[in-house]
Amino acid sequence: MDASALRDERTVRSLVSEISGFLSRLGRETKLMEVCGTHTMTAYRSGLGRLLRRRGLRLISGPGCPVCVTPDGIMSAAATLVGHTRNLLLASFGDMLKVPTSAGSLLEVIPAEGSRVTSVYSPQEVIGLARANPAKEVVFLAAGFETTSPSIAWVVREARRQALGNLSFLVSLRIVPPPLRAILSTNAHGLDGFVYPGHVSVIIGSEAYRFIPEEFGLPGAISGFEPADLLLGIISVLRQIEQGEPKVDIAYPRAVKPEGNRIAMGLIEEVFEVADAEWRGFGTIPKSGLRLRDAALDAACRFGLDLASSWENEGCRCGEILRGAAEPEDCPLFMTACNPDTPLGPCMVSIEGSCLIHCKYGAVEWIE
Amino acid sequence: MCLAVPLEIVRIEGEMGVVESGGIRRPVNLSLVESPKVGDYAIVHAGFAITIMDRREAERTLALIAEYLEAAEGESK
Repeated sequence: MDASALRDERTVRSLVSEISGFLSRLGRETKLMEVCGTHTMTAYRSGLGRLLRRRGLRLISGPGCPVCVTPDGIMSAAATLVGHTRNLLLASFGDMLKVPTSAGSLLEVIPAEGSRVTSVYSPQEVIGLARANPAKEVVFLAAGFETTSPSIAWVVREARRQALGNLSFLVSLRIVPPPLRAILSTNAHGLDGFVYPGHVSVIIGSEAYRFIPEEFGLPGAISGFEPADLLLGIISVLRQIEQGEPKVDIAYPRAVKPEGNRIAMGLIEEVFEVADAEWRGFGTIPKSGLRLRDAALDAACRFGLDLASSWENEGCRCGEILRGAAEPEDCPLFMTACNPDTPLGPCMVSIEGSCLIHCKYGAVEWIE
Repeated sequence: MCLAVPLEIVRIEGEMGVVESGGIRRPVNLSLVESPKVGDYAIVHAGFAITIMDRREAERTLALIAEYLEAAEGESK
């Protein structure tokens, strides 16, 4: 497949013109929420976000950044753990290490004797870390949505198969649909529909969102990440609004099947159970997270961690931004005290965070 | 961060394989996808293939956007 067609300027113009047609027939501002940091990125890096807004379509970013939604309780517990426990290797994805906590970020915390913090690209790397460091405890701070959870489940199963007694997991794995219910239950946004995340949906399929058209009467489409993919998703949602027939459409059928990835879902089910979980900006959301079935591998149990902290930098509005209740530009710290060099909240740290994306690409204009 | 571009599987050895894009090769864990084959394009997330791209659906999407393009350019002529 030649993906360049999905970024082609003339193609994008034709899809924008289709969207403009729907918007002028609707005759009012339309608000769609996207729930994936990569969609935010696609929209702003191309200038399409600003262009669509001028045409009457607002794309609002929801809780689509896993680093951002990880609660301070887990981040602070990780910082305390590596600062106070000797001979411990704390591994996580790179952006997680830069999230501010009351004790500084994981990169700033001074590790206890023999301990250190390290970043990994693939969760599988922690198996090698545990094998290479048999005299140390290795803790993997595992954050992510359904896209990431199956790979973490694979690593947990592998750790058990290899009987790696020195590896444990501080789990912050979250399930995407429950916060959407939380957002819709307050009904504060006046949302007209959703653009659902492409790769979360590769794993969970389209059924997982069915409560949204059925209970809340709102349309939505699962979209891919090239500019044309995002626009095709938006067209699908606008068509559903126009026809008054809300559903969950798959506008990314080359990757997403209605049933999802059954192997991946089976592996998640084998290793984890669904539990109530805390989200930054939301508090505890019922059945929105994963908990290890084998508590012996749970770092929070193994090290008796206190996950109760809820610290944030004074004035940081990440929580509201994650709920779609504020935009980065609404925060007085945005691009003043809080910037990519000195981020004060996770939304300015993560490559998928709204604040960092708006900071880098917020001024990009699509030349009409 | 979701990588939009599917990567070609160029080698398979048990649960592991190698994917290539633009001349860069990297290892990939294939245990989450059903019957991967050399020459398939995989969507890879954090070192794990999460799905094999459906070529027929990819062609359909390209045909669909070609229709929008034709319609828009037909109008502007």
